[in-house]
Amino acid sequence: MKHLLGTQDLSREDATLILDTTAQMAATQEREIRKLPTLRGRTVVNLFFEDSTRTRISFEAAAKRLSADVINFSAKGSSLSKGESLKDTALTLQAMGADAVVIRHWASGAADRLAQSGWMHGAVLNAGDGTHQHPTQALLDAFTMRRHLVADPDGKGLDGLTVAIVGDVLHSRVAGSNIALLKTLGANVVVVAPPTLLPFGMAAREDISVHYTLDDALDAHDLDAIMMLRVQRERMTGGGSGFFPSPEEYTRLFGLDRARMDRMPEHAIILHPGPMNRGLEISAEAADSPRSVIVEQVSNGVAVRMASLYLLLSGEEAPSE
Amino acid sequence: MSDTTTDAIVITNASLYGDTTADIVIVDGRISSLDRADAPAGARTFDASGLVALPGLVDIHTHLREPGREDAETIETGSRSAAQGGFVAIHAMANTTPTADTAGVVEQVASRGAEVGLVDVFPVGAVTVGLEGTQLSEMGAMANSRAKVRMFSDDGKCVHDPVLMRRALEYVKTFDGVIAQHAQDPRLTEGSQMHEGLVSTELGLAGWPAVAEESIIARDVLLAEHVGSRLHVCHLSTAGSVDIIRWAKAKGIDVTAEVMPHHLLLTDESVRGYDPRFKVNPPLRTQKDVDAVRAGLADGTIDVVATDHAPHPDEDKDCEWAAAAMGMIGLETAVGIVQKTMVDTGALSWRDVARVMSTTPARIGRDDQHGRPLEVGEPANVTVIDPKAAWTVDPTATASRSNNSPFGGIALPGRAVVTILRGRPTHIDDSLEGAFA
Repeated sequence: MKHLLGTQDLSREDATLILDTTAQMAATQEREIRKLPTLRGRTVVNLFFEDSTRTRISFEAAAKRLSADVINFSAKGSSLSKGESLKDTALTLQAMGADAVVIRHWASGAADRLAQSGWMHGAVLNAGDGTHQHPTQALLDAFTMRRHLVADPDGKGLDGLTVAIVGDVLHSRVAGSNIALLKTLGANVVVVAPPTLLPFGMAAREDISVHYTLDDALDAHDLDAIMMLRVQRERMTGGGSGFFPSPEEYTRLFGLDRARMDRMPEHAIILHPGPMNRGLEISAEAADSPRSVIVEQVSNGVAVRMASLYLLLSGEEAPSE
Repeated sequence: MSDTTTDAIVITNASLYGDTTADIVIVDGRISSLDRADAPAGARTFDASGLVALPGLVDIHTHLREPGREDAETIETGSRSAAQGGFVAIHAMANTTPTADTAGVVEQVASRGAEVGLVDVFPVGAVTVGLEGTQLSEMGAMANSRAKVRMFSDDGKCVHDPVLMRRALEYVKTFDGVIAQHAQDPRLTEGSQMHEGLVSTELGLAGWPAVAEESIIARDVLLAEHVGSRLHVCHLSTAGSVDIIRWAKAKGIDVTAEVMPHHLLLTDESVRGYDPRFKVNPPLRTQKDVDAVRAGLADGTIDVVATDHAPHPDEDKDCEWAAAAMGMIGLETAVGIVQKTMVDTGALSWRDVARVMSTTPARIGRDDQHGRPLEVGEPANVTVIDPKAAWTVDPTATASRSNNSPFGGIALPGRAVVTILRGRPTHIDDSLEGAFA
């Protein structure tokens, strides 16, 4: 593995290796001294073209716990708004000797472009590109599900589990990454969204179950896990381009409240990539219930990012590209 | 654009239209005979055995960027690129800075084109002031100017207001003009980055749905029928658009349509990898659409091939996909791509190529001295093609000031090797060094 750009090209072997490594990293985080010397002397750059404090501090914590030197590079704006171009930024980072670049960008494909353009030679880790991919989010979700739902998880996937993804699948890189990874790991994927928030062609896919209300999905499946996506309020209504008529209608049809939560099997867990809109896509009762693993997702995020950086930089090659 | 008196030229053993072997004797800018025995003493002779001679090619959709973006292309570099591609005339789109929406700008472009003298440069006038889509530009003044504009287009933008489009179609009847529409519903394509389909879903790029093109074409052919005007559809790219044009023509509506070489060859699969050289508007579509536009071109539903040659400097392409400019250069690769996709597949003969790349585009643009048959007495505008040139496209080896070709590394069967404008060679391929005796 030279880069981690998305989950769609990740083999089951590589994905399982990352999850197993994550388990090892997570175990080290329960020790009194959590810092490992593994990446001492290596430089990791967090290159953020888009604000995301949560993701940035997660990567920063991961790199620091592996003893890497961390440089945070916030390049707000874009070449469109006459800021520095991605190319010039990459040339700068190359000149500074970055061993790995963690990139968050508003443009889909920016991480791929950085990895393939020849502008720089270090490893590229995609921390979210436009509406395309966010692979470490999918990996931390998979890790969290495996830990809760698979007995003796080491070396295993998510075979036979049924996972629902609910909400704005159209604009969500989290959904894009999760669907591909869940399929690779053997899970059944259920997608729940209004037709306006489904990407082209998804309803026709035979390897995914699509439902247009959450109640339909709960009727049709015994879910092992449900993942509620964040609703971007500003994007959703008004101006003639609303994807649904009102937040209230969205909550009625797609919100996870106590009644719907109670219809899921007892072992089923609730995930959310954060930040949550309490009362919109998820009620406080659901978010704070014992089934919710939302806070654990955050700590698993650090472990997944440690594992990813370790596998990309430690020289211990993953089995295949 | 007066006729140029030049030395006599004799092209021997050429395959006229790919089906009749003859000589072409050129004296004083005209074809004086089709038999070398009639050549005047001292004429330069060129043996064209194995080569195809067509009436000089005409491109009705070229972006020259001058005035305003001379860093991307100038009238001179664009003219040279056109001549290398086998073109004797090009129609320069109006989206320059300033916009070609006044008699002054179109006259400036035309006179600079004549000064360069490598191809006839026919300026296209803007339909609306500043391409803003709100107020008709002074099309009458442009038509009556020395540039004699007959084709009007807001290309790059769609004339989407139906009332404005209706008025434009009606207005140009005065001077036998044509509105060349860039068919793209702006609301359906806000923020769009590529064709909306399975690939855009995978890549997370905002989609440009086929219906955004088709709905405008459907509206426009009905408007053209209602007001009895002539409509030309730019860069048609979808299977549904072909169906609508076919239907409109069957109803007798006066509509013509063009397709680009890149839409004959490439699909949205090329976008995987996010290389902005494949970013173009309208976007690369699916294989089903490629098959449909080829079939439409073969059966005459689509009238012409035009290049949509759209130069952009490196910095506008060597960047992330969403930040990149839309468009690709294409003057020098058009012949090879048409041969590869249409001639070598048996869908078109070379005589058909003359129709779709010379005769019909000249007729649509009302260029009465172009698209003429290769016959005695006609203007000596000739393109000689080597159908066995077998070359690989190198984007940097171009006469254009920009090198944003998506065809780098692609093998093409043939190319234009000699271009003659009114009896004067404007392009002689390097491979023919010394062949002109």
